[in-house]
Amino acid sequence: MQLKVPGPMVVSDFTQQVEAIIGQSVSKCYQCGNCTAGCPAAPEMDFGPQRIIRFVQLGLKDLALTSNTIWTCASCVTCTTRCPQEVDITGVMDALRIIAQREHYPVQDRYVTALNDIFLGNIRTFGRQYEIGLIGKYNLRTRQFFKDVMLGPKLFFKGKLKLLPHRSGNVREVREIFRRVKEESAASSANRAGRA
Amino acid sequence: MARIGVFVCHCGKNIGATVDCERVAGEAAKIPGVVHSENYLYMCSDPGQLKIKDAIRDKKLDGVVVAACSPHMHERTFRRAVAEAGLNPYLAEMSNVREHCSWVHQDIEDGTAKAIDLVRVMVEKVKLNQPLTPIRVPVTKRALVIGGGVAGIQAALDIANGERDVILLERDPSIGGHMSQLSETFPTLDCSQCILTPKMVEVASHPRITLLTYSELEEVDGYVGNFQVKIRKKARSVDMDVCTGCGVCMEKCPVKKIPSEFNVGLSMRPAIYTPFPQAVPNVPVIDKENCIYYIKGKCKVCEKFCGPGAIRFDQEDEIVTYDVGAIVVATGYSLYSVGEKPPGSTIAGYGEYGYGNIPDVIDALQFERLASASGPTEGHMRRPSDGAEPKTVAFIQCVGSRCPEKGITYCSKICCMYTVKHAMLYKHKVHDGDAYIFYMDIRSGGKNYEEFVRRAIEEDGVVYLRGRVSRLYRKDGKVIVRGADTLSGTQVEIAADMVVTANATLAQPDSQDVAQKIGIAYDKYGFFSEKHPKLAPVETNTAGVFLAGACQAPKDIPEAVAQASGAAAKVLEMFAVDELEREPTIAVVNEDTCVACFFCKRICPYSAVEEKEIKDRDGNLIKLVSHVNEGLCQGCGLCVVACPSKSIELLGFTDEQLFAEINALAE
Ligand SMILES: Cc1cc2nc3c(=O)[nH]c(=O)nc-3n(C[C@H](O)[C@H](O)[C@H](O)COP(=O)(O)OP(=O)(O)OC[C@H]3O[C@@H](n4cnc5c(N)ncnc54)[C@H](O)[C@@H]3O)c2cc1C
Ligand code: SF4
Ligand code: SF4
Ligand code: SF4
Ligand code: SF4
Repeated sequence: MQLKVPGPMVVSDFTQQVEAIIGQSVSKCYQCGNCTAGCPAAPEMDFGPQRIIRFVQLGLKDLALTSNTIWTCASCVTCTTRCPQEVDITGVMDALRIIAQREHYPVQDRYVTALNDIFLGNIRTFGRQYEIGLIGKYNLRTRQFFKDVMLGPKLFFKGKLKLLPHRSGNVREVREIFRRVKEESAASSANRAGRA
Repeated sequence: MARIGVFVCHCGKNIGATVDCERVAGEAAKIPGVVHSENYLYMCSDPGQLKIKDAIRDKKLDGVVVAACSPHMHERTFRRAVAEAGLNPYLAEMSNVREHCSWVHQDIEDGTAKAIDLVRVMVEKVKLNQPLTPIRVPVTKRALVIGGGVAGIQAALDIANGERDVILLERDPSIGGHMSQLSETFPTLDCSQCILTPKMVEVASHPRITLLTYSELEEVDGYVGNFQVKIRKKARSVDMDVCTGCGVCMEKCPVKKIPSEFNVGLSMRPAIYTPFPQAVPNVPVIDKENCIYYIKGKCKVCEKFCGPGAIRFDQEDEIVTYDVGAIVVATGYSLYSVGEKPPGSTIAGYGEYGYGNIPDVIDALQFERLASASGPTEGHMRRPSDGAEPKTVAFIQCVGSRCPEKGITYCSKICCMYTVKHAMLYKHKVHDGDAYIFYMDIRSGGKNYEEFVRRAIEEDGVVYLRGRVSRLYRKDGKVIVRGADTLSGTQVEIAADMVVTANATLAQPDSQDVAQKIGIAYDKYGFFSEKHPKLAPVETNTAGVFLAGACQAPKDIPEAVAQASGAAAKVLEMFAVDELEREPTIAVVNEDTCVACFFCKRICPYSAVEEKEIKDRDGNLIKLVSHVNEGLCQGCGLCVVACPSKSIELLGFTDEQLFAEINALAE
């Protein structure tokens, strides 16, 4: 990997894009590594959160957006809580996921997106979560058909799983929320395109 | 018959654990001549000292042996106690049963046996001790300060304000040192000249300060309180009393193309010049190597135009001597150059940075001149090659420093801070410019220093890249900087318009010469050595010589000034008394047996041995003998060993005393 100045990776654009979303400057990060030290998901990440912040500081957009880190992050906020410079690392992770989705960067972790998609799909359809549907669809889509099946009976007998989906009484309003979010994000990307 | 008292100290468990102190005291009591012997937990404590004083009075002791720690620790304590009881302090000795015995033994039997031997030996010596009186030497209450940088200026002002005369010696045409070249100073960004020039003016007008610029140290003789210094006042070719400092000569001089030392080669000066407009004194010098008159015998344009007629082509160097009591060395530092290895230097250049051949690669001091409102660009950012405003500037830290491969292992200490200052000044001047700093660590320990670094990064947008730069080369009018950022794990390539190197701080190239003239020690890099790194940081091993500023180690201005004030306080402390007291354990010559071979004179490392003439009543020379100067002799004993006619004795350590010790051990 090489950082070229000036080069294809222009430092400030990407950095500013992230900073606009989190409402804070990433220049505060002094690379102490405390965020990586405390991150429960770090062992599964290709780069720890401290490296991701460094990529953002230097405008290394491709490195940041193609890493599995932003998808592995569980948004537990441990990093943000402990950062001595009060950098909102969790916010940066959110921002990077947003940018990656908008700009169609390939997601490096199919499990995470599969779960997110199915989870939100269920909510839009039923107005609330349908657990058996979620597990079934997820296992099918990720081709791990027997994952966690042994937990099924246990949960079922404790009354935690319903066989059929229940619709929320307010499903209409939930769908309205989905519509509005879509509209707004379309408007804002049109806006961005207009400005560019 | 001698009446000796022996006092054995336990030093808590330090001695007590491996030496049976009670038994040592018991055995000591049996030595002939010992009339009192006891042991105690802490002899150095008040009650311990009282035991010694009481025994001296009650038992009428004429000698004391304290078996305890090293005399380095407590010899003064016990000798003072002995003196308070009315006995000559040099009749008391310490026997080291701690460092030389308990600390190196594990077995109490071995330790005790050795302690008994050590005490026995010392008792035999003390039986032969003679009362001695400290030597008193008068003090000349005038100080010499060598080097007129900020450290020398501060030391001179402090001593002068303490109502003592000072001679301030500076080899350049003006005082001011490196600080006069700086633009603004970290971490406050106040203008360097604005805070320095008032002090320079004060020096020039202080009634107690004699300012000798354009002058060099020739020779130092004498000893603490009584140095004689010889100084060469180089010929300025301008009469200081007549010149009004109008500067017409500099305008008219036809020579125009001499690289200015003050602007580090970024501008040119004439052959007759003052280094900078606020120079103190504001009297030019003629640079004889470049003056047409001195080269070809014709020109004298300056003389023609000089209104008051101050030019003196026939002026010659003048040697002046002064008696001074103390010397403060404040000769400052020099900067490493990226260029090829200078002849005779152990420090290599940077081939990978083009040996400094790329015009837009400048060093940090040149950047100071570029940024300075009084500099060659009046403070505008213009790069040397084409005068264009650089939009991308890369700064490289640790150039030379921390680089054993180039021959320097130490950290230059000031460059982290001046580099962040440079990047900040650049961003303040070129708002749309980018500043990148390559660094290995950011060393910002100092009041408000870390905050200053964070300000540059968070408010001014300076980008730090963690890594050294491996190569610089020119391409399409740019300087390509090939480095790395270890924090992101990437190689970095910057096409910069200008590159600034933070070159290592070195000792002055002639520092070893200066050290040898004054007789002080220096380290392997040529920085002068302090007496003790923690407890005597402004003293040297030579009594009466003190250190101030960056000549001892790389230092920033606050540290240089603090050390200068410390050195001044030491000088004023010395000058507060009329006579200095010195240890009387020095060499004396038996003039009757001396054969005047002067082996002693050749071997003495302190030049304390002189030739003395013995004359009869009519003033006819009878013979030459050797004589030891009381003020200079450090009691090292080398001359005693060298003397073939056995005519020299070291007081307190006579042959007789030493043989008594050896005999006691052989018994
Ligand atoms: C690029 C750069 C930027 C810096 N910026 C800052 C800053 O922002 N803030 C800060 O605190 N510090 C800064 N410093 C450090 C500062 O320059 C030093 O701390 C300070 O100059 C040390 O003063 P000094 O009197 O010990 O030495 P010097 O300034 O070197 O003065 C020594 C003087 O002794 C004279 N001399 C030398 N040898 C002899 C001799 N044999 N006989 C007679 N005279 C002699 C020299 O001509 C000189 O005038 C900077 C340094 C550099 C290189
Ligand atoms: S904890 Fe904060 S300052 Fe430290 S590396 Fe992470 S983001 Fe940077
Ligand atoms: S929020 Fe994400 S990056 Fe931060 S500690 Fe939790 S999992 Fe790690
Ligand atoms: S005599 Fe020398 S200093 Fe004077 S004007 Fe001529 S060249 Fe310049
Ligand atoms: S002060 Fe900083 S730049 Fe200078 S040598 Fe030390 S670490 Fe390197």
